[in-house]
Amino acid sequence: MVRCFLIHTVCPISALSAGECRVLYSRVFGPDEAVLSEEHRELSPEERRLLQKEKVAVVARQVHSAVTLSREASGRQPVEMVPGEEALALQDADSGVARLRAGDPFDQEMSVLWLGVQSLGFTLVCEPHENLLLAEGTLRNLTRHCLEHLHMLGSGSEVLLKSSRIDVLLSRLLPHGQLLFLNHRFAQSLEKEVAAYMAK
Amino acid sequence: MYSHASESLIKQAREIQEPELQKFYSRLVKLLQGKELGHETVDSLQRLHLILSATKYTRTLPSELRTRLLSLLSSPVEQLQVLSSAVLREMAPLSGEELNYIQENVGQLNSQTAALLLSKAGTRADLSSVCAQLLRSLDNRPSEGSANSLMHVLPVLNSVLTHSPECLTEDHMTLLNKKLVDWLRYASIVQGGGASSGRFFTGPRSRQPVPIAELDGTVSGDFFTVLCVGQGFTEDQWMNVYSFSMLHHWLLTSHSASNGNTTAETANRLQLSLSHSFSNDDRSEVDGSVVSMVSATSSSSRLLPPKERLREKAFQYCQRLIEQSDRKAQKKTDTELQKACLVEAVCILDCVCVEDASLVFRTFPCIKALFGRLSPDLSFARVLLPIAQFYLNHGEMAALDCESVWKLVLGQFPAVLFNDPFLAHELLRFLRLNLEKLQLRVPQYTHFFPNLLKFLAWDSPAVVDDFVDLLPSLVTPATAVELLHTLLDLPCLSATLVLQLRSTCLPISEPGGRGLLSLDAFRNPSFRGLFLFMLRAEAGSGDTIDRLSTLHDLLTEAADWPRVVQCAQTIPVLLHIYFNTIVTVADEKLLAHLILVMLERSCVLLNIPTYIKEIHRVFSCHLLRLCKLHPSLVVDQSHELLEFAGIPGNVYSKEEIYTHVVWVLGEYLSVSCDSRCSVRLITTCFETLEAVLFEITSSGSLPGAVCPAPRVITTLMSALAKLASRSHDLIPRVSLFLSKLRTVTRGGSVPWCSDEEDLVAIVTRGEELWSLLKAPGVAQSILTPSPHITTPQWHRDTNVAMPLQLRALTSLTHSQ
Repeated sequence: MVRCFLIHTVCPISALSAGECRVLYSRVFGPDEAVLSEEHRELSPEERRLLQKEKVAVVARQVHSAVTLSREASGRQPVEMVPGEEALALQDADSGVARLRAGDPFDQEMSVLWLGVQSLGFTLVCEPHENLLLAEGTLRNLTRHCLEHLHMLGSGSEVLLKSSRIDVLLSRLLPHGQLLFLNHRFAQSLEKEVAAYMAK
Repeated sequence: MYSHASESLIKQAREIQEPELQKFYSRLVKLLQGKELGHETVDSLQRLHLILSATKYTRTLPSELRTRLLSLLSSPVEQLQVLSSAVLREMAPLSGEELNYIQENVGQLNSQTAALLLSKAGTRADLSSVCAQLLRSLDNRPSEGSANSLMHVLPVLNSVLTHSPECLTEDHMTLLNKKLVDWLRYASIVQGGGASSGRFFTGPRSRQPVPIAELDGTVSGDFFTVLCVGQGFTEDQWMNVYSFSMLHHWLLTSHSASNGNTTAETANRLQLSLSHSFSNDDRSEVDGSVVSMVSATSSSSRLLPPKERLREKAFQYCQRLIEQSDRKAQKKTDTELQKACLVEAVCILDCVCVEDASLVFRTFPCIKALFGRLSPDLSFARVLLPIAQFYLNHGEMAALDCESVWKLVLGQFPAVLFNDPFLAHELLRFLRLNLEKLQLRVPQYTHFFPNLLKFLAWDSPAVVDDFVDLLPSLVTPATAVELLHTLLDLPCLSATLVLQLRSTCLPISEPGGRGLLSLDAFRNPSFRGLFLFMLRAEAGSGDTIDRLSTLHDLLTEAADWPRVVQCAQTIPVLLHIYFNTIVTVADEKLLAHLILVMLERSCVLLNIPTYIKEIHRVFSCHLLRLCKLHPSLVVDQSHELLEFAGIPGNVYSKEEIYTHVVWVLGEYLSVSCDSRCSVRLITTCFETLEAVLFEITSSGSLPGAVCPAPRVITTLMSALAKLASRSHDLIPRVSLFLSKLRTVTRGGSVPWCSDEEDLVAIVTRGEELWSLLKAPGVAQSILTPSPHITTPQWHRDTNVAMPLQLRALTSLTHSQ
């Protein structure tokens, strides 16, 4: 299962101070692990929520560093792209995977898959035994839809103001964190549904 | 892109004031009371979600608003369901009343409500009740039409299963096992939805069913799988997709959940396998519909208990997927999906074989054929990893030769695919998880360390964590020396890999390739051997090379390449792990050898100043630890240590190591550490150190010359004093030096020490040692204390503590 999906900033942007990283969207799937763990059982709901938000922030920061280091090593700097060039931006994206040790920040070990598109990071936190080949395909697919339906290459704020679109995308492509084996026909029929939703 | 406008939206959402917020809430309640919920409502709900989610702290909504939101969960408009669920997920947990409200009004849990209940579940009991509710809806066969409402059930159950498998009862498991068999094996084999061969004039009733197709376009002749396509899909075909997607996890978890009664199960299985070879009808157990089966592997399993039956169907499904993956897909995305399906199929087969060993013999021909088909093509590397796992788990049982598998996985993958981050992650994880088995069954594993380290050299930040876990397994007496050299030269390997890629990417005539001296060197046949040694796949061709410094010179310009720098930054950590492990596996002879390697390599490193400094620090730390652990190493290696300590240049270029070498000589060159330590050895050592101390405190007058570190001087002085305390003839010579030191410094400044405070400290130390040496007996017991004083245990025991302390004091006062 995928534990969470998030969209966050990944490189220095004028709107933020250097090294700062902003989570723009996050969705944690399934029950809160703090409820089920011995260690955190005593926490109040307010504290559990805080813990979960912090976990997400930790992942975002880790990916932020990973993208920075990876771009530094490859010597490639992202080229500015404008709305309409989503496919190209996706092709040009940096990608990678990192390991999160058990307890840091999730109770169990996790694998983090990320895509760095320009100044945006799209991240999946998966259980490590997951089919990462499938997860990679799903992440690319999700990212493409997010970029297109929320016009994320432009300067608008739809990712904040129309986040329900991402919820709908996730409910189709990654329902409750379940990676799906969708061939192009299945994908097409889901895309039709999504397109119909977005048109409303 | 993230603009200033977005940033200010988040700030506004965080800083919104209470009165304004209350106004917003009441406006929203009014909107929600209206009959038609329009654009404005949706927009406000979206803003409400932003306000709630942007802050770490929980905000409290008026209860009326909460109730309104809850009622939206059953709204026919999906957008409203989605938004209310998203908003409520950001809120405090649902109260009992609210839960009841959902129970009564939402009826069959829709996906969004289920998501809310999962995320707000406060106990395992809450989760169990969600599961029970979902399973009930699964059990009551839905009428046609409410199709989509069931699809979310499986992912939700899978999610609960991940977090808390005990929330599902044995009955639930059985029901799901049956259902999964049905969906996996007996989904319709005609296209659903809008697909039909009917034309405009033929009404819907007379439409002919169109069979599903394979990815290459041919008509499918067997049961439905995720690799089948059609114009549209029926509900059970969707469920087939969902079932297969969760199958691996389901098998893994339900297996571990009911591991208790294995003997009974085996007996059952034996009995049933006898009967099932005779029976011939193969049909869905639950809905009783008979579907034509052409599957070659199909065998009747109707009489098996649900769990075994699912295992059998999973086995067939995977076999079929493997067959289907050989077809040429018309779409590129489907080619990718075929790969992912192969990975999943092999993992599932591995899983069912672990559960039921009798399946191994039925599975191996297929796995072996798959390996034969895929192994020449490295683009299938990530599929070959699960195959390797299969060989590792079951190869022994099937008495198969796995040599070619390991050659491929350990030999070829890292050498060719070192720059694939996903393969690196998966391969290293594979090694981590199977470490014990590998060490047992694949003895050549450790020999491939030069190859495995390529992943680290290429992308250190991403994989260093894996190597922290793996490195100890690579440290053996046989690999120790070569591994140390290889780690130290890892930044060179990093640079070499960059060059290797560049030289294949850029033709020689390409201008981009020019201007890099190292690239020219890489292509130069006379240096070929150096680079080939760096790129070797296996250990054993020699610990290191003679012309290492030539290689370092060739790679000078690589010292500031980010990849090389990143690699260099990870080495100190790994060296610490290396040394911590080596002391547990090496004998004294090997440790002595390693001390030599450290001394030798301290000046043969790729020229990255911070790297050299860090390595010196690590060496110093572990030189000290090794000598503390085995003090006789110092006498053993005294010749080399003295040679090192006798070079005044080392004081400046290797201050850290030099200080430590001098310290261990002073501390451990003593009869009490090793009986072989002669007076002559002590005298030689004394003379060597004395000469250096003399030289560095008399020179340095050249303008602009670097002063020796004060710590080196005091360490040298202490070492001399220690040695003199063991051979009293030497005492006058130290005293003479120390008295001279006092005279020289009386003037206030000396050329070899620029800082006044440092000089005072040096002189004070000198005076202390001088006065100590005036009483040789005291000097000896302080400068070379016997072990029972340096490692005092007696203070822990009240009975012996007092007499021992007294004795210690007496020995101090009476030895004069």
